Amino acid sequence: MAKKELIKLKINGKEREAAAEPRLLLVHFIREALGLTGTHVGCDTSNCGACTVIMNGKTVKSCTVFAVQADGAEVMTVEGLLQNGALHPLQEGFKEEHGLQCGFCTPGMLMSTYALLQKNPQPSEEQIRWGISGNLCRCTGYQNIVKAVQFASKKMAQGGK
Amino acid sequence: MQKTSAEISGMGHSMKRKEDSRFIQGKGNYVDDVNLPGMVYGHMVRSPYAHARLKSINTDAAKKVPGVLAIITGEDLAKANLAWMPTLSNDKQMVLATGKVLFQAQEVAFVVAEDRYAAADAAELVEVEYEELPVLVDPHKAMDADAPLLREDRTEKNNHIFHWEVGDKAATDKAFKEAAVVSKVNALSPRCHPAPLETCGCVADFNKATEKLTVWLTSQAPHVHRTVFALVGGIPEQNIRIISPDIGGGFGNKVPVYPGYVCAVVASLTLGLPVKWIETRSENLQSTGFARDYHMTAEIAADKEGKVKALRVKTLADHGAFNAAAQPTKFPAGLFSICTGSYEFPQSFCEVDGVYTNKAPGGIAYRCSFRVTEAAYLIERAMDVLADDLKMDPVELRKKNFVPAAKFPYKSPLGWTYDSGDYHAAMKLALDTIGYDALLKEQAEKRKKGELMGIGISSFTEIVGAGPAHTFDILGIKMFDSAEIRIHPTGKAICRMGTKSQGQGHETTYAQIVAQELGIPAKDVQVEEGDTDTAPYGLGTYASRSTPTSGAATAMAARKIKEKARKIAAFLLEVSEQDLEWEPGKFFVKGAPSKAKTIQEIAFAAYTNIPPGLEAGLEAVDYYDPPNLTFPFGTYIAVVDIDKGTGEIKVRRFVAVDDCGNIINPMIVEGQIHGGLTEGFAIAFMQEIGYDESGNVQGGTFMDYLIPTAVETPHWETGKTTTPSPHHPFGAKGIGESPNVGSPAAFVNAVVDALSHLGVKHIDMPITPWKVWNILKEKGITG
Repeated sequence: MAKKELIKLKINGKEREAAAEPRLLLVHFIREALGLTGTHVGCDTSNCGACTVIMNGKTVKSCTVFAVQADGAEVMTVEGLLQNGALHPLQEGFKEEHGLQCGFCTPGMLMSTYALLQKNPQPSEEQIRWGISGNLCRCTGYQNIVKAVQFASKKMAQGGK
Repeated sequence: MQKTSAEISGMGHSMKRKEDSRFIQGKGNYVDDVNLPGMVYGHMVRSPYAHARLKSINTDAAKKVPGVLAIITGEDLAKANLAWMPTLSNDKQMVLATGKVLFQAQEVAFVVAEDRYAAADAAELVEVEYEELPVLVDPHKAMDADAPLLREDRTEKNNHIFHWEVGDKAATDKAFKEAAVVSKVNALSPRCHPAPLETCGCVADFNKATEKLTVWLTSQAPHVHRTVFALVGGIPEQNIRIISPDIGGGFGNKVPVYPGYVCAVVASLTLGLPVKWIETRSENLQSTGFARDYHMTAEIAADKEGKVKALRVKTLADHGAFNAAAQPTKFPAGLFSICTGSYEFPQSFCEVDGVYTNKAPGGIAYRCSFRVTEAAYLIERAMDVLADDLKMDPVELRKKNFVPAAKFPYKSPLGWTYDSGDYHAAMKLALDTIGYDALLKEQAEKRKKGELMGIGISSFTEIVGAGPAHTFDILGIKMFDSAEIRIHPTGKAICRMGTKSQGQGHETTYAQIVAQELGIPAKDVQVEEGDTDTAPYGLGTYASRSTPTSGAATAMAARKIKEKARKIAAFLLEVSEQDLEWEPGKFFVKGAPSKAKTIQEIAFAAYTNIPPGLEAGLEAVDYYDPPNLTFPFGTYIAVVDIDKGTGEIKVRRFVAVDDCGNIINPMIVEGQIHGGLTEGFAIAFMQEIGYDESGNVQGGTFMDYLIPTAVETPHWETGKTTTPSPHHPFGAKGIGESPNVGSPAAFVNAVVDALSHLGVKHIDMPITPWKVWNILKEKGITG
């Protein structure tokens, strides 16, 4: 086992630190060292996107990033969406439009769509579909996820976040 | 059925899901989220060969890896008589290999270490010496005289597992001899995998002080798994607690018991520590329950006008190295004999032979009520081939042969009694929605211009909801299911069922059933499943059986509670029970509606003001044994355009008209249809777990086994007709699997239709652009 490195990062607005082997994947660091289990692992080839988090403003698949690469970074996970105890419009949208079933892909979907709306607040259906094309869902057939994002986009335009 | 207020949200309300709040906040509790003090990790060593003699296993180097606690081999398990375990299909399966390995990725040794990286490091260092043996990949060669013998453990010295047949062979053969027209199709339902987004796994925790074994398990059938652990492991059943936490999709993959579970339990028993084992995606695709692999032939005898006379089906089933199909034990080919579908065949005969090959074991029901998808695909494909042979419109052919609505309950020639149906109504709605006549005109015009467009119809009938108990069991355990409802003094409730949601929304839909029956608002009804220490015994969730069985049990238990509530209300209102009438949420005195007691007031009285002669409390349990299965149906229509240059297929439109009887939650039903159609789309166009001639798996990761993204997935249009089940307590039938069962044939029929004028009769799934391009090249359509 290689020597552990101390990793400091800002996650969901809080400064956290923990030691990790250089080879430790960021997803395992988040889930196991930091105890934030909302971020999931669904494959071993970077295809499924269940582990998607936002690192320094960009979505990354946290199974394909080493924890040491996130040293000093700002990271956001699904646990960071709630603001002052209120659901983010995207979270509301997923519930209102039935954008989830088993819920396993949902945290990654929320992160990808959060980043999408930051960049493009009013995406077309096609842009939404491309925006979540790195996130696989086995339950919904995506149609209601598209609606969930449209719901959030509309709500945010009306003075949401 | 009287519709309740939105406040109560009984059946028919698109209530938002109660379970969603935790999932959208990252607060679900899936098995890999379970972390216990002192927990250690297991990692499986797997065979690189498909068929090889196991010469030796050297664990010396692996044991030296810091943090390694134990390495378990097949020889170790054999000492405890656990090297093999029974499957759910009268066969047995190796837990860890002894003597030889029979498929690539077979479990050979289990490494336990303090963290998951150390366990993986050590697994790399386990040295296994193999001697390669001849490999059997093609099931059609399994019974050849020179085929290698795979299962040396059996008394039968061949690769044949079972022969199963049903129907009247002589009468069917006679009908074929006398028929004016005989149509035939060979259709493969390729080996595919349910691939739920969460893989399989467990945390086994044996407490040496209390001798209690708790296993958090990705299980669609936790009670059955507890009994299997007790029978196989010899642990007293009261000392085993299976907890099936939130499950990230199942689709049949999480019904069987897998070697990793057994190894984690053995490791925990040995070490006295909690042991976590979570599959990687590759392990999931390469070793746990695959589906289908049915090599089918259907022949239809008909007259010149297209009236069908008989159906003859012959099928070869590839089960891999062990028959690990998860299905009712007495049905080796599941409910495949639903293959006469929606049509009135006077005669039919169906036979299936199962064989072993050097592939992963299984034959599980992927979002399917045990081989129903294979059956529906076959008959819907065969009807299109017959239509093409007769130069008839496939819609007209279907209409001519539908079982008419007046003939239900309908007894099929292969022995099923269909409960209810109105196939013409579903077909009409689908045709009207998609604008069939206009599409036919468009297609004719496009053909003149050399453009390729196809329309595909599938008018399927499903068979779901096993029991009844007199016919169906799993390892002898009858296929009933259960519900327990307890009403608290303040009129709120907790319910527990023998089933287990994996995304179907049970926490919402079961609450809505209670709301419908008792008038308690669904938001006040808590639903819990999956903990065998608290829930009543049940057979679990698969085969679209939750609503037909546990849903029915929920209604029946609620009705028992309502009967007691009536007695309490009569006491409180000082009238006789006969003088009371019910409206959702309260009993009132006939002719004096202001004299009433709400269900909440009655619940409070059940604990505080108990009528003389009645027991305290307000609760009931029901074990429901359905009198028959239910038979959901529908018509699906796909419209495709094919690019002549590339062979690429675009699904332009897809209309799905489903009839699942009375609906609990329309929003959830529609969501399930979207999901099932997307899986059917993937099966038709992109998925196959293939093997090369050496038995190397070709679809072992998500890079090779494709899951459709939002970009490829078509836009789904849905519609419904409602034909209630006459025997179900609230007329429901089940929906989860219909879209997966019915859609592959619609897609394939559409592609074949687009190419039928070129003489194309059939294309096997998955229909990739490469396959289509080759056909276009062969026909001289593309350069």
